[in-house]
Amino acid sequence: MTADAATRRVGALDLFLAYLRIGLTGFGGVNAWARHHLVEEKGWLTEAEYAETLGMAQVLPGPNALNCAIGVGARFAGAAGAAAASIGLFAGPLALLAGIAALYDAYGQLPLVRAVLTGIAAAAAGMVLGTAIKMATRLRPTIPLLLVGLAALTLALLRVPLPFVVLGLAPFGLLAAWRALR
Amino acid sequence: MTLLLQLLLTFSTLSLLAIGGANAVLPEMHRQLVEIHGWLDDATFSQLFALAQAAPGPNILAASVMGWRIAGPAGLAVATIGMLLPAAILAWFVAGLTQRLRGATWLKPAQFGLVPVAIGLIAASGVIMTEAAGSSWLAWGIVAASTIFVWRTGFSPLWVLAGGGALGLLLL
Repeated sequence: MTADAATRRVGALDLFLAYLRIGLTGFGGVNAWARHHLVEEKGWLTEAEYAETLGMAQVLPGPNALNCAIGVGARFAGAAGAAAASIGLFAGPLALLAGIAALYDAYGQLPLVRAVLTGIAAAAAGMVLGTAIKMATRLRPTIPLLLVGLAALTLALLRVPLPFVVLGLAPFGLLAAWRALR
Repeated sequence: MTLLLQLLLTFSTLSLLAIGGANAVLPEMHRQLVEIHGWLDDATFSQLFALAQAAPGPNILAASVMGWRIAGPAGLAVATIGMLLPAAILAWFVAGLTQRLRGATWLKPAQFGLVPVAIGLIAASGVIMTEAAGSSWLAWGIVAASTIFVWRTGFSPLWVLAGGGALGLLLL
């Protein structure tokens, strides 16, 4: 009989250290690194357990990586585990970003630095667009799902406040998803 | 003090709306920080977001860097707490319910139904960042090349950011 997650002993310190590493290696978003570390390297979670945790994290508002860390931390070590995992996740990158922000304050207006940053900003814009297209094509949406997505795009570009966009479109999204999954 | 309170309030609201993560909440962040409050200009907004993307860690930390730019170290602290704490508290309560929710029949449509909304919002983020990144042909060229690269290949997006920075250095 294989041990399931409940029988594995993982303490708050283990969680803190694991998430510290995940945070600092997590270039370009954290979730892929978290899966690799928790499932493949540590073996704390099975593939299915990780997928369930991530799925739940995606329904909730807030950063998926944080919701996931709280789910994983709480599962192994309760409130202390949830706190340890989330602090570990953010401590490293936050210290690094404070340094970057200070450098930006000092040097951000130099013409050379501005040119590099403009180039990076343009590339990041394309990265976000490319991600959206990739996600949309992978999803292979039905027509109603596609319309919900296009409505969200249009409303956001018209600068409609986000609460109205999310709450207004959620019922249509649910209906479309329910029909697509039936 | 009022500025910090306003920042805390703004980011706490964003926190609870951020279904789909940092990229999906970007249009609202732009609306609040640039258009309503005028705390940042377009170029600074897009550059700080790009820096957060290029650094390791969750992309939501863009909020922290913007908080720093607006109000120094206290701004960084307030923006980070505002962005993370409300969502974290909610996630904590839901983590407790997980066992009961796991098999729920409504969960899958609920999860799936918000996906197109999130993708639409991410696409809007891309458009807004393109507008903010500058209006030269070169900037548009970089946007187009990077869009196609990320869409069609599986390489790490870091290559795109590095390439964009190098092109900016050489040509802008």
